[in-house]
Amino acid sequence: MIRASLLTVMGWFCLVSITICGWADDRVEFNRDVRPILSDNCFFCHGPDAGHRQADLRLDVREAAIESGAIQPKDVTASSLIQRILSADPDEVMPPPDSNKHLTAEQKAILQRWVAQGAEYQQHWSYEPPVKAEIPKGQNAIDVLVQRRLSEIGMEPSPRADRRTLIRRLYSDLIGVPPTPEEVAAFIADEQPNAYERLVERVLANPHYGERMAIGWLDVVRFADTIGYHSDTPRNVWPYRDWVIQCFNENKPFDRFTIEQVAGDLLPDANQETRIGSAFNRLLLSTEEGGAQAKDYEARMLTDRVRAIGAGWLGQTTGCAQCHDHKFDPITMRDFYSLGAFFADIQEPILGRREDGMIVATEAERAKLAELDTALAEAQKKRDAAAAALDSAQAAWEAKVATENVVLPEIAGGAAPTEGEKKGATEAATALKKEAKDRSAKEKTAIQTYFRQVVDRSQQSVFDELAEKERDRNGYYGSLAKCLVSVSTTKTRTVRILPRGNWMDESGEVMQPALPHYLPQPVIEGRPLNRLDLAQWLVSRENPLTARTVMNRLWKQFFGTGLSKVLDDLGAQGEPPRNLALLDWLACEFMDSGWDMKHMVTVIVTSQAYQQISTASPERLAADPDNRELARQSAYRVDAELVRDYALSIAGLLSPTIGGPSVKPYQPEGYWENLNFPVRQYVADTGESQHRRGLYTWWQRSFLHPSLLAFDAPSREECCAERNRSNIPQQALILLNDPTYVEAARAFAGEILASSATTDRDRIIWAWQKALQRDPRPEELETIEPLLIQHRQIYQSQHDAATAFLKVGQVAPPDGLDSVELAAWTHIARVLLNLHETMTRS
Amino acid sequence: MMTSFECKIARRLFLSRTTQGLGAVALSSLLTPRQCVAAPLKGALPQLPLPQRAKRVIWLTMAGGPSQLETFDPKPKLAEMHGQPMPDSFTQGQQIAQLQGQKLTCFGPQHPFRAFGESQIEICELFPHLGSVIDDVCFIRSMTTDAINHDPAHMFMNTGSQIAGRPSMGAWVTYGLGSDAADLPGFLVLTSLGKGGQNQPIAARQWSSGFLPSRYQGVQLRSKGDPVMYLSNPPGMTRDQQGADVAAINALNQQQAALALDPEIATRIAQYEMAFQMQASVPDLIDVAHETQETLDLYGCQPGDGSFASNCLLARRLAERGVRFIQLYHKDWDHHGGVKEGVAQKALEIDRPCMALITDLKRRGLLEDTLIVWAGEFGRTPMSQGGSGRDHHNKAMTVWLCGAGVKGGLVHGSSDELGYAAVENVTTVHDLHATMLHLLGVRHDAFSVKFQGLDARLTGVEGAHVIDAILS
Repeated sequence: MIRASLLTVMGWFCLVSITICGWADDRVEFNRDVRPILSDNCFFCHGPDAGHRQADLRLDVREAAIESGAIQPKDVTASSLIQRILSADPDEVMPPPDSNKHLTAEQKAILQRWVAQGAEYQQHWSYEPPVKAEIPKGQNAIDVLVQRRLSEIGMEPSPRADRRTLIRRLYSDLIGVPPTPEEVAAFIADEQPNAYERLVERVLANPHYGERMAIGWLDVVRFADTIGYHSDTPRNVWPYRDWVIQCFNENKPFDRFTIEQVAGDLLPDANQETRIGSAFNRLLLSTEEGGAQAKDYEARMLTDRVRAIGAGWLGQTTGCAQCHDHKFDPITMRDFYSLGAFFADIQEPILGRREDGMIVATEAERAKLAELDTALAEAQKKRDAAAAALDSAQAAWEAKVATENVVLPEIAGGAAPTEGEKKGATEAATALKKEAKDRSAKEKTAIQTYFRQVVDRSQQSVFDELAEKERDRNGYYGSLAKCLVSVSTTKTRTVRILPRGNWMDESGEVMQPALPHYLPQPVIEGRPLNRLDLAQWLVSRENPLTARTVMNRLWKQFFGTGLSKVLDDLGAQGEPPRNLALLDWLACEFMDSGWDMKHMVTVIVTSQAYQQISTASPERLAADPDNRELARQSAYRVDAELVRDYALSIAGLLSPTIGGPSVKPYQPEGYWENLNFPVRQYVADTGESQHRRGLYTWWQRSFLHPSLLAFDAPSREECCAERNRSNIPQQALILLNDPTYVEAARAFAGEILASSATTDRDRIIWAWQKALQRDPRPEELETIEPLLIQHRQIYQSQHDAATAFLKVGQVAPPDGLDSVELAAWTHIARVLLNLHETMTRS
Repeated sequence: MMTSFECKIARRLFLSRTTQGLGAVALSSLLTPRQCVAAPLKGALPQLPLPQRAKRVIWLTMAGGPSQLETFDPKPKLAEMHGQPMPDSFTQGQQIAQLQGQKLTCFGPQHPFRAFGESQIEICELFPHLGSVIDDVCFIRSMTTDAINHDPAHMFMNTGSQIAGRPSMGAWVTYGLGSDAADLPGFLVLTSLGKGGQNQPIAARQWSSGFLPSRYQGVQLRSKGDPVMYLSNPPGMTRDQQGADVAAINALNQQQAALALDPEIATRIAQYEMAFQMQASVPDLIDVAHETQETLDLYGCQPGDGSFASNCLLARRLAERGVRFIQLYHKDWDHHGGVKEGVAQKALEIDRPCMALITDLKRRGLLEDTLIVWAGEFGRTPMSQGGSGRDHHNKAMTVWLCGAGVKGGLVHGSSDELGYAAVENVTTVHDLHATMLHLLGVRHDAFSVKFQGLDARLTGVEGAHVIDAILS
């Protein structure tokens, strides 16, 4: 029945061979059904953490559970686990009432069935190697596996979206700006075969693709322009952001991308580019607070890095193991600190100001700097020779002064020196009265300065030249980009297990770098492991976690939710994926393709699943409110950076420049008033820099730009795999009143008035096309036309108001436009920029 | 997700669209500006497991770390020991911020203490106004914290964790209980800066919603510029014009909702309505022109002066409007040097306003369901720093509570004879949070949200205890 309706109604899965698995099968599967219950309710006291284990009972290991009598396979009544969960006695029942845990009747039934069926365990799903499903040749694996799942649960996919929706979706997901009306029209009109596939190719080749892809990664690695703690002062890392963009654009294989970040400085072919990648290791939080203790922050930095590796690559919440063995996953404190030991070689100040970092420059720039360095060195050499000559002349002069009792002319009677001359001469004269051996350094300098500036100026040009060369060199050095990078030192920090995470407790065992004990790993003997080993292991074929973690996050970018919903935890407390076969296929394909990101993106966006409509009837919505089964697409508001990009792009203001130092859009005055050491003035950028894409916004961790913050961009103090997606009144206030959006609306209005459209109606249509790439519906016209008339009337009688309104922002309104018309149309443009549809990817 | 309130708004807008055109789709709040009050924000806790003694919290954060020894913890023995070496037995192997490894010298209290009220509680005589209401106040002299630097210590006091990314207590409370304020955010933050001292930075993460939805984040009410960022219309535009645009946006969104079947659109419409209402309600809130001179004198503030006193008055106005969590930051308590003059200055700035807040809430019947908490992020050392100051210290500090469900005229716990470490009824930040939640009707150990595999709680995983002894 299902199949028939699919073929007739949907059509697109007709090539898929469908195996309808028995949904009624009551066979309990440990990973899918049992582990989540045990983990969430039992492991806290009866799990991997020996330190917290109660009654010496562990339920995460089958043999131990059987030995203790908790489980008697196939004998429900003899299993104390079952007795206890069913008990009505508050002293007996498990979980105990004071744990605030409660098993549902369904969960109890599952545990009983599981024991009755033999209480089989499985290794946790994400620690098993991923298995690649067999896919019939010529079919998109995603569609085969999505359909398999839909068939199992008796759901049907949705039809394909129309072309306008498809191109808007692709642009949103892969470039992060809306298409132009012309691009939409061309795509709709493209009657050649594979029009969609060719569109995908074009979009992937667009240089803004790298920017769009970078946003998520920059969250994961917590990229920000400032140090985070306390004074939250700036540091040089923006070249790393550009490196990430470039990697995505060049489609650098993800394994190489990983290795350069974790150990780009240790590669045999390390170069400037790989070293910039290694800035990853420097993105953590640091402090300049007075009174901070080095040991405290050494521990904070170690734990910060371990959490980053856990979240970014492994999908493991390692943070728990800072203080105790993980309560749900097999990660121990040893694992935690020995992972941290991989980073003990990184040379860095623990406290205080970060260094300038590596110079990031082209060959020509390096050559120029070298030239300036050489010129400076030569000038210094000349200065040294001149100084030697002056020193002997000075000695002779001093002897003369001493024997002849010379009075320095500036302080002799009748002289009229300047204040400065007199001061210099007085200091020198005072110093000269002392025996040479009794003079302080300051006094020696006073004599030398006087001698060189007054008595013997023969070498002055040499000193002037030196000053000039210094200015040239330092000025040029200052103008070059710099980036904090990893520099390895042989003087590694000693890493100890910190009992209970206490950095003052130095009794813990010293740890050497080691990979987590519970995961497959290479045999390396005869030398200690280093960061390069860690990097290579992260992306080794044997590592079951990285490819899954990365593909799960990628999936979210294209469907709104991960296949396993908890993006940063593929461990026991995460969610077993709804469609493990699909996640595993993606992970395997990713590795098989040579970690080819563009390939994976292509596979996803060319799937039929991706191209479905996102609307759903109330019934279908109710059946799967979060779209976990992929029987449709999802609609959601675009990310914070893109909210800005959309408005500026529609308005024609968006700068296409890629990369460069972070920029400062308009920001309310006083927003940084609570920053100190030093006090900071926020100065908004001018010119093109004012209209850069959102991802280039200066990322001040303690005070993230308010419009980014309101649209859920994270402060990037910690790794963030998943942003909230909120809907709050501040978003409305920003889109209505932030000068960024008022200025954009005015620019958009200017475009409307400058367009070929001349009547009100045609201009509205033109504006709708620009913002939404569709024509307005009749009821929309009926809403918007009276609004235009209303504002026009108001401004006709209040020219001053129109003028004031049009002054917002830096971009001057185009010449020759009537201010009343421009002001009235700015309101229309503003309404369009505020629409839910405008900022929604559907 | 659309709340029932939001559905109602959406339906109302839809129904109001009886004829096409702008006039007919005007916002409900435009039609009836003050009467139409949107329904309050619902909390995540369907029903409260405990009796709700406090309906709201006013948390007075004294940023920088006030010295307990010049405020509320009398130490005559320390005065006797002034200038003598600090006995090793107190300090060995301890975490001290800037005095680590230095010679440690006892530094006596810099101001006299005296007993106030019927309860005869001794506090520093710099606080006579607070002394006049001391029988309503409960001091905890045995508070401790885990952190020793400002930023992590604020994080710990606000979120129960030293790792960034956790929700602050105001976000937790608003998330759990929602808010009765229909046209204001449920969690508001006000900062003030006094004279002198060290102006330590305060990060916006201190009022972040962390992993909770952003709608629960603290919104800063500022004393300069727009009171809430982006609140003012652009220049050259009247409220009516703004209203017309908002009405058009909502009408168009409503039309789209009928096609897109996306419940998020109804939420968006409600947010625009809320934003538009805030544009009127916030200026109304901060306009204290209608307060009597007697009230202004009670607090000791001039309208719009941005002082702690003004913020206390605003806190009362927020409490009246049903805001759930009101947090005030008063800065400059970081007295590494000149603690004598420094605390005297701070006392001038906060003593009267604290009294006024208590008095004003009480006479309006609000103190019985408002919990006031006064706390820094840590205490200060009984040892001298540089001969005139005190270093950061986390082993003993004093906080006080007042109002809903808290015994007045009580001192709970104590520190040792030199004020170095809490010794009797030692309490932790987690205990303080647990007690606050308890008074709000929430069981702290059952109030959790899944985050990174954990049942994350404001009160952490280490365990916390409601401080029963201070409950009335």
